[in-house]
Amino acid sequence: MKSTPSSASTVSPNTLETAARLPLSKRIGQWLENEAVLGYVLMVPALLLIVVFIAYPFSLGVWMSLTDKVVGTPGNFVGLANFAKLLKSEIFHQAAWNTVIFTIAATVIKAVFGMWLAILLNRKFRLARFTRATVLLPFIVPTVLSGLAWLWMFDATFSVFNWMLKWMWRLEIGVFGFMLKENWGYVQGPLWLGSPGLAMFSIILVNAWRGLPFFAISFLAGLQTVPPELYDAGNIDGTNEFQKFWHITLPLVKPIAVVVTVFSFVVTFSDFQVVYILTRGGPHNSTHLFATLAYQLGMTSGNLGEGAAAALFMFPILGLVILWQLFYLRREDSGG
Amino acid sequence: MTHEAGRQRGETVPGRMRRRDFLARTGKAGVALAAITGTDWLTGKAPAFAQERTLHVLEWSSFVAPADVERDRQAAEFGKQAGVKVTVEHINANDLPARATAAIEGGTGPDILQLLSNYPLLYAGGLDDHNDLIAELGGDDIYSFIREAVRDEKGVHRGVPNFFGGGANVYRKDIFEEVGIAAPPETWDEYLEAGKKLKHYGMPVGQSLGHTFGDAPGFAYTLLWCFGGKEVDEDGKVALNSPETANAVDFLKEFWVAACDESGLAWDDTSNNRAFLAETIAVTLNGASIYFVARNDPRKAAPGLADRLGHFLIPEGPHGRYHGVGPFTNCITRYSANKEAARDYIRFVHQDENFEKFLVINKGYVNGPLPKWQEHPMWEEDPAVTIYRELPQYGRNLGYAGPYNRQSSEAFAKYIIVDLFAKAVRGDSTQSVIESAERELKAIYEA
Repeated sequence: MKSTPSSASTVSPNTLETAARLPLSKRIGQWLENEAVLGYVLMVPALLLIVVFIAYPFSLGVWMSLTDKVVGTPGNFVGLANFAKLLKSEIFHQAAWNTVIFTIAATVIKAVFGMWLAILLNRKFRLARFTRATVLLPFIVPTVLSGLAWLWMFDATFSVFNWMLKWMWRLEIGVFGFMLKENWGYVQGPLWLGSPGLAMFSIILVNAWRGLPFFAISFLAGLQTVPPELYDAGNIDGTNEFQKFWHITLPLVKPIAVVVTVFSFVVTFSDFQVVYILTRGGPHNSTHLFATLAYQLGMTSGNLGEGAAAALFMFPILGLVILWQLFYLRREDSGG
Repeated sequence: MTHEAGRQRGETVPGRMRRRDFLARTGKAGVALAAITGTDWLTGKAPAFAQERTLHVLEWSSFVAPADVERDRQAAEFGKQAGVKVTVEHINANDLPARATAAIEGGTGPDILQLLSNYPLLYAGGLDDHNDLIAELGGDDIYSFIREAVRDEKGVHRGVPNFFGGGANVYRKDIFEEVGIAAPPETWDEYLEAGKKLKHYGMPVGQSLGHTFGDAPGFAYTLLWCFGGKEVDEDGKVALNSPETANAVDFLKEFWVAACDESGLAWDDTSNNRAFLAETIAVTLNGASIYFVARNDPRKAAPGLADRLGHFLIPEGPHGRYHGVGPFTNCITRYSANKEAARDYIRFVHQDENFEKFLVINKGYVNGPLPKWQEHPMWEEDPAVTIYRELPQYGRNLGYAGPYNRQSSEAFAKYIIVDLFAKAVRGDSTQSVIESAERELKAIYEA
């Protein structure tokens, strides 16, 4: 029997009678032999996972954002009041602006230095494989652990950076004395997590440090697909290194670069861990991002409706980015 | 014969399993697994053989480590007596609210949540009625400022305050003497003058203004009150924007630059302990934990440091002297299936003989919920911590001067008052930071 969906309508009554006489297990077995049916059956586990762990929480979040729900109460429908309230909040404005700066700065740093690192790793040198593996360490180490190490390095009192700066300043080494502040005879090092600008710089630095290996290894994979003959041709044409990078490497790595950058943009935009470990959104909210503000509003202040609304502000932005990526990939696939 | 050809003829290819065989075998395996483990996991019920009476208590991780050990010991003792398996989980105090939210919303988790300050009001909807228990364990004798911090608008107590903590200024007597400060400051103006000398000496005042639960609000709220500022008036109307608040902000702007370690903007509740023990600051607002560690842990403090430490109260401002006194409250969750065991546990830790052990081991770091504990001989044993006994007479709770409610908890949780001062010392104008905080408070109180 041909097992395609279109053949179902052409099954003769005799065949149906025969099938009906078969025991249930056999009938189910035959039914599953139909690839169209089996396809859906095999999709069910994944679909269940998506519904249970993504669609349901997301729908619940959307519903909560439309209510005045606080912890332990059912909440009442308030329409878009939570969104309106947030749009009037200075803390929310600051978090939105912080998220934009944080995402753009961290993504650009990761993309530029990731490419640079990938080009270096693509060269042949002793212990190349070992070095490539080592580069991945920041990405592999759990963020909580590496975050705590950075917290210690940025510590206001015990910062190793500040210790070095003070040591060099006393010995008049280097030109970093301007970073120290002498006040009433008391020498104060940079407040890495205590002043708004430096705190933002610090969280960007840690995010970039952590995400850089992902860029570098992905770019490296792209670089290794570039046929060496193209570079040979470039050499014959007398191109310099920059021209080879610009006209050969970059166009060929571009599809991977776009996917990696967009993926990183999404993850960076919704980052939580780095900020939570290092600053908890401080000092005075100057490092709050959408995710950390949503956490503060919903989880630690108990306003689940408001917290859900803050989190949902990420959705349209990230949705647009992902849609753009999908269109881009389709265009690339169709050779457009 | 190719595999494809064989498959089309319905023959079994050696080494390959047919799809229906695969499904049949995995189906049988699933049935067998269900038979072995039962189907209770589908309904969320624990298998019968694993059932026993349990009690899960979530608490903070104390800065006085032996206090946690004593609490765990008491829990084990209670468990033995009551035939209950008690688990006490200690976590960072900053993470307690998030755990509470997750537990209450999920309807599962700890039977008893230890909540700090006025947080029980924030979680009132998920916490049990403790009125009977409160009446049994002290009733009106419990300090009003901690009892009111757990009583909601309906008059329902959402927990039983077990103890409260508060800060006094721990200082280096030797450094004060060296820079010519004859006596600990009694007023904020005297403190400013002392702080200038200390900073010039290289060991300034250390104070957190970061996003953390204890030291930063403990300082910011009390400074505001000492200068006459308040979050809301007696009717619960936002009353922050006042000349008194402006005076407090202006004072701190000068105090911060002239007297403080300015890195305090990024400090959490552990930072000043570390800085003090590392001898980079000469004075800081703290519970008695710095003294406790200096006295008992030679790995963390220089020899003899404890003998060079003293404590003084928060200085007096134009409108008096105040201390933030945050209760640590045991709250039985509404979803708990072990409420009776939870009540018995709370009774147990409040029994005089048990609470006394807990009080003594904390050596001044905590105060008892009832005035009678101020008479305990422990307070006289070590003069260095005796001053912590005086905190109740200056105690005020967050949300003063209004009625205690969940809005005051929310303002606390959002660090509105802390950030008011933090923005000011960053350099923003006094009026702008007050107006900004006022808007945030109105969004909370007048929503």
